[in-house]
Amino acid sequence: MARIIVVTSGKGGVGKTTTSASISTGLAKRGHKTVVIDFDVGLRNLDLIMNCERRVVYDFVNVIQGEATLNQALIRDKRVDTLYILPASQTREKEALTKEGVEKVINELSERFDYIVCDSPAGIEHGALMALYYADEAVVVTNPEVSSVRDSDRILGILQSKSRRAEMGQDPVKEHLLLTRYNPDRVDRGEMLSVADVEEILAIPLLGVIPESQIVLNASNQGLPVILEEESDAGQAYEDAVARLLGEEREHRFMSSQKKGFFSRMFKGG
Amino acid sequence: MSETAVSGVKHCFQLKSASVSMTALELYFFDDEAFESTLRDKISQAPGFFKDIPLIVSLEKYEGLSSELDFFKIIGTCRRHSIHVIGVRGGNDDQRRLARGASLALLPGGNQRDQEIDTGPATETTGAADSPTPARVETRAEPAAAKIINQPVRSGQQVYAPDGDLIILAPVQAGAEVLAAGNVHVYGPLRGRALAGIHGAEHARVFCQSLEAELVSIAGHYKISEDLQDNGWKTAVQIQLRDDLLVVTPLEKA
Repeated sequence: MARIIVVTSGKGGVGKTTTSASISTGLAKRGHKTVVIDFDVGLRNLDLIMNCERRVVYDFVNVIQGEATLNQALIRDKRVDTLYILPASQTREKEALTKEGVEKVINELSERFDYIVCDSPAGIEHGALMALYYADEAVVVTNPEVSSVRDSDRILGILQSKSRRAEMGQDPVKEHLLLTRYNPDRVDRGEMLSVADVEEILAIPLLGVIPESQIVLNASNQGLPVILEEESDAGQAYEDAVARLLGEEREHRFMSSQKKGFFSRMFKGG
Repeated sequence: MSETAVSGVKHCFQLKSASVSMTALELYFFDDEAFESTLRDKISQAPGFFKDIPLIVSLEKYEGLSSELDFFKIIGTCRRHSIHVIGVRGGNDDQRRLARGASLALLPGGNQRDQEIDTGPATETTGAADSPTPARVETRAEPAAAKIINQPVRSGQQVYAPDGDLIILAPVQAGAEVLAAGNVHVYGPLRGRALAGIHGAEHARVFCQSLEAELVSIAGHYKISEDLQDNGWKTAVQIQLRDDLLVVTPLEKA
């Protein structure tokens, strides 16, 4: 049986798809058979970030509606061979994701994979509910600002009331907080909420802090999951997050301002 | 300082409405010896419970003849066992006249909600004789059970306690709403909306570890966040209704 992990946030544009790409790649790199599903029907992006958009023939909705088999729709990643992508349909409506249809696909994937990562669309409507419904764990992607925190809180409430685990009265969905676009300098200047602020408000365990970085944007544009930028802060932060997701203890990094070198201190008066 | 002292008029006493839960002795028939032996038997099962309690004699199920009712004997027997008969409930005119003759208070016939007090030895040990508090008071006047929530109440969620108190052992987040017929207790920050006494109970209160609420309401009287900021904001407080005004007071550390 696979572990089903939903990457969700409520709010749009906080880094769900970037996170889904990196976490699934990170799990696969460690040898776990992993599939990442794009639930954002109508606004598919995951294939772009995973650089497989030119190889999409059939999609998630085709499989649900019996127009294609899973094998026809699954795309094997070219960089990590234990990673597969199930792309979303760009032409359908989110309502095409029926509970029964999604369950059938997830059950089938569950027999073949160790991890199923569900990339949720923004919002709290049908698509997002379907993405989180079957989850065992949730990575709640949050930016350090008030509206994102509020939306994450909302989605946490939904996880605890509308997921399958909640409806069946099983153990609750395991929640992880992933803080993205974190800029310690701006926190110091009081322009951003701190890690402690967000942790205090949301009251769930911290999976990781991804620093704000130009590298994330560049990697997305090149179709490269940022976790593969192994030299970068953001890549290492995702690597740490994946390790923690698998139960490793790792100290949190990238949470405070970089120490400035002697020269920059001299010349910038910092 | 009391209000009466402030107004300058000092009354000897003040009448207040009070509701007290009491034990009723439901009498089916009266026979002096049978009464005393039954009473002794009950007391032996729970001696601590019956010490110096007030008692109402309920005549609603009385099947014997009115002429057999001897309140003086009932009072005397009960006194010997440290039980104070203070009145009768129900009964016909003849029976009530007899009761009045024995200086007992007359209570109107009650409803049928009284619960039988089980004095079975399984639940009350005879050793309880020394204990001044009866162990089973709650079987008489059972309060509506409080609703207890252990998880954070998240934005968009609503928790409702329609009968009694609501106790939340976690944060109430911004955008969440908690409602109760009775009091609302939040052992965590209260960031959302809290409504106590929603059926109009003006004595209901809101307690929280940190007041950061969007709105607090008691029996329909409310304050919004803007009006709450000046007093006790982000500290542990209780909020109650006094003269139709919401009053915020700190929860002093004992």
